[in-house]
Amino acid sequence: MNNVVVLNIVRFLSLGLAQILIFNNMSLGSYINPSVYVLFIILLPARINGSLLLIVSFMAGLTMDYFTNSMGLHASVCVAIAFMRPSIISLFFRNYEFVSNEEVAPFSVGWQGFIKFSIVVVLLHQVLMFYLEVMSLNNFFFTLSKSLLSSAVTLIIIVIVMLIFGKRRRRI
Amino acid sequence: MRNLFALLWRNQFFVLFILLETTSIFLLTRSYSYHGSLAYSTTSDISGSVFNSYNNLTRYLALNEENNALAEENARLRNLVPSSLLLHDSIYLNNDTSYRYIPARVVQNTVNKSNNFIIINKGNNDGIMKEMGVISRNGVVGVVVGVSDNYSTIMSMLHSRVRISARVKKSGQLVNVIWGQKNHLFGTVIDIPSHISLGEGDSVITSGNSMIFPENILIGVIESHETDLNKNLSSAKIRLGADFNGLYHVYLIDNVMKPEQDSLNRLTTQ
Repeated sequence: MNNVVVLNIVRFLSLGLAQILIFNNMSLGSYINPSVYVLFIILLPARINGSLLLIVSFMAGLTMDYFTNSMGLHASVCVAIAFMRPSIISLFFRNYEFVSNEEVAPFSVGWQGFIKFSIVVVLLHQVLMFYLEVMSLNNFFFTLSKSLLSSAVTLIIIVIVMLIFGKRRRRI
Repeated sequence: MRNLFALLWRNQFFVLFILLETTSIFLLTRSYSYHGSLAYSTTSDISGSVFNSYNNLTRYLALNEENNALAEENARLRNLVPSSLLLHDSIYLNNDTSYRYIPARVVQNTVNKSNNFIIINKGNNDGIMKEMGVISRNGVVGVVVGVSDNYSTIMSMLHSRVRISARVKKSGQLVNVIWGQKNHLFGTVIDIPSHISLGEGDSVITSGNSMIFPENILIGVIESHETDLNKNLSSAKIRLGADFNGLYHVYLIDNVMKPEQDSLNRLTTQ
């Protein structure tokens, strides 16, 4: 149990720092703004207590907001994602039995399942965030294309991060 | 009552979701306007020092280019000193002595969001105050919205809520400049009277009406202007003067007369 808590705290700190210092400053044109820290929410244990999931995601979002001066933006998106996460998991992995504290990671559900799950979570996150950020439906398609572009880059980075750091034994 | 609590407890996932989501949306809408940003920006020495120490590691990468640019600026300013033998354009002379300039270094800056902020390494201890204007050597950068002891947050011109009072240099017409959220190179000039036609390369400068920026500071040059005779006001695309992606040294503008002007304003509005 303690192992999982420590692992997730370390993961949160490293992903958070990388997000604030590196991914927020990436110069990939004016449109792309990858949110790699979402990987933290993706990788939380699949059977985590619902309220804990909401609170942890809320705190993660607030931390991002604190450093990007966008109070409430990331928090609201993260809470929304956390709310939908259990349903997405039961939809995608109906036939997979998660043991306690097992993560939705390539080494448990396989690359295909992990990427499918990540695509849905990242897309939801980016689309919600970009529309909330401008808080209007003016330039609807411009905002949509921005969020799709950012989602694609976010997913690529997430896969790269998992290829480098994701090699661990199957069950904790 | 007990039943109610039991019901809430059974649906705690949903109840907690609603609670946290309303809190976040409340926080989001609260800081949404320019005045909201002024009141609720999250400037702190903690976030400032994280960015500052990272910036200390990476700043050497851009130092060469920055040094050349500063040397050029020094030379230009030297030419403006009255003892200089070189002839100079009087436009560059700013005789307005009620403004004081404070140099600062950018420690964090984004250009790819819909609402971009810049963090600099000067704060309360250096006399920085909210609503000071910020310029770079090439043009207007933004307005200070948050101050901690050693750091300040600037609302960049690349922010959806920024609106700067400006003037077309050639004709003297008053207009407004907003970002328009497309690209960090371009902004949008709005409120142009329809009888005015702006040509490519016309300069747009600060009007001096806001007490935040002195007059005659470059905002950008017109890139293209399409007039629509059916509307009273038209808008134009403007290439921003400041290089937001390579921002490193900025100057904060302290309007020494601002308290006096503010108190006058209060008198007249009472």
